Amino acid sequence: MHGELTDTEIISRVLKGEQQLFAALVERYQNYVFTLVLRFTDNREDAEELSQDIFVKAYRSLADFRGESKFSTWLYTIVRTSCITFLRKKKLDVTSIDNEKTLVQLESRESAFKANQVEAKSRQAMVNEAIELLSPDDAQIITLFYKGEQSLEEIGQIIGAEPNTVKVKLHRARHRLKEKMEKYFSHEVREIQGD
Amino acid sequence: MKYVKYRVTEKKSSDLDNWPELYNNHLINNFMNEQENMEARLWEYIDGLTTEAEKSAIEKLIETNLEWQRTYRELLEAHKLITSTELESPSMRFTKNVMEDIAKYHVAPATSSYINKKIIWGVAAFFIVMIVGFVIYSFGQLTWANSSSSSIISPKLEKLNWGKFLNNSYTNIFVMINVILGLMLLDMYLTRKKKLLR
Repeated sequence: MHGELTDTEIISRVLKGEQQLFAALVERYQNYVFTLVLRFTDNREDAEELSQDIFVKAYRSLADFRGESKFSTWLYTIVRTSCITFLRKKKLDVTSIDNEKTLVQLESRESAFKANQVEAKSRQAMVNEAIELLSPDDAQIITLFYKGEQSLEEIGQIIGAEPNTVKVKLHRARHRLKEKMEKYFSHEVREIQGD
Repeated sequence: MKYVKYRVTEKKSSDLDNWPELYNNHLINNFMNEQENMEARLWEYIDGLTTEAEKSAIEKLIETNLEWQRTYRELLEAHKLITSTELESPSMRFTKNVMEDIAKYHVAPATSSYINKKIIWGVAAFFIVMIVGFVIYSFGQLTWANSSSSSIISPKLEKLNWGKFLNNSYTNIFVMINVILGLMLLDMYLTRKKKLLR
């Protein structure tokens, strides 16, 4: 319906009082936001509730969006801070993969995952499951780069790091993802490589 | 000294005993670093983040070096797999739920509109006036030492008469001005807050 309008046009009209136009932004970014949140929560119900809160927060602080960056970059910053607050409330630390709790969480996810490993996976399901096995930080950086259409500079703005640091983090995240795929989907990976 | 020499010799001999293992570790580390460096450069190439010169150098390596060729294929496959994934979707009612939630709220005024720069400058001026005032007054109270003294500030600083300093009518005036400035700032802040609440 509002496909032709740019984000900035929608925002300026919402700020002038056309509240219903905000639905266009929600429709445009709901999948991006939901996927990113899901990388942190591992639970669809929590992810949906948190994504909803994020859009409400974005709406309430829309006047603070000055158009200096893309709307998506600004929105993903809200996603990140909201997810970190959510995880803090749940007493989980996402700052480092070395964190003991995160490791315990990852290990339990991995062992639960092994049980379902027998069934053949589609390529997409396989990659998605491998991403879920990563730490939230790694999963987020991969999602932002590949799915969120964010450059290294923009990811830097979102996570508060220099583009070079982002490049290194992305490289490490991809390396870990590759390891996970080789470890748990070696059969599928070999099949794909044999295509 | 002899003892130290002996210790050094002993350590060297034990290192020499283990040299195949150490040499292997060194080789493994080098290989790992090279492998990591190769992967990093190939990822940059795949992402299109390399310069023209780097691009042609990497292309040449892929063409001529089997190891680079193999790793490039692997990484390209991983890249294709990651890009092929689709985003997750929330429930069908998601947009409706958000819009229902949003209907209860208004867009909050921009932060820059209620953080007035004049107030910030006012607060800064208040503190600067206070600090400068105290410094000037303190220097005024000093009796400068004889030029023969090595210190710039005389030791008479210790003899500063604080009682006089606090009872002086100039100080009282200065404090009064600062109090009035402070009250003005508070009034400005409260008036603005009242306006925003309306």
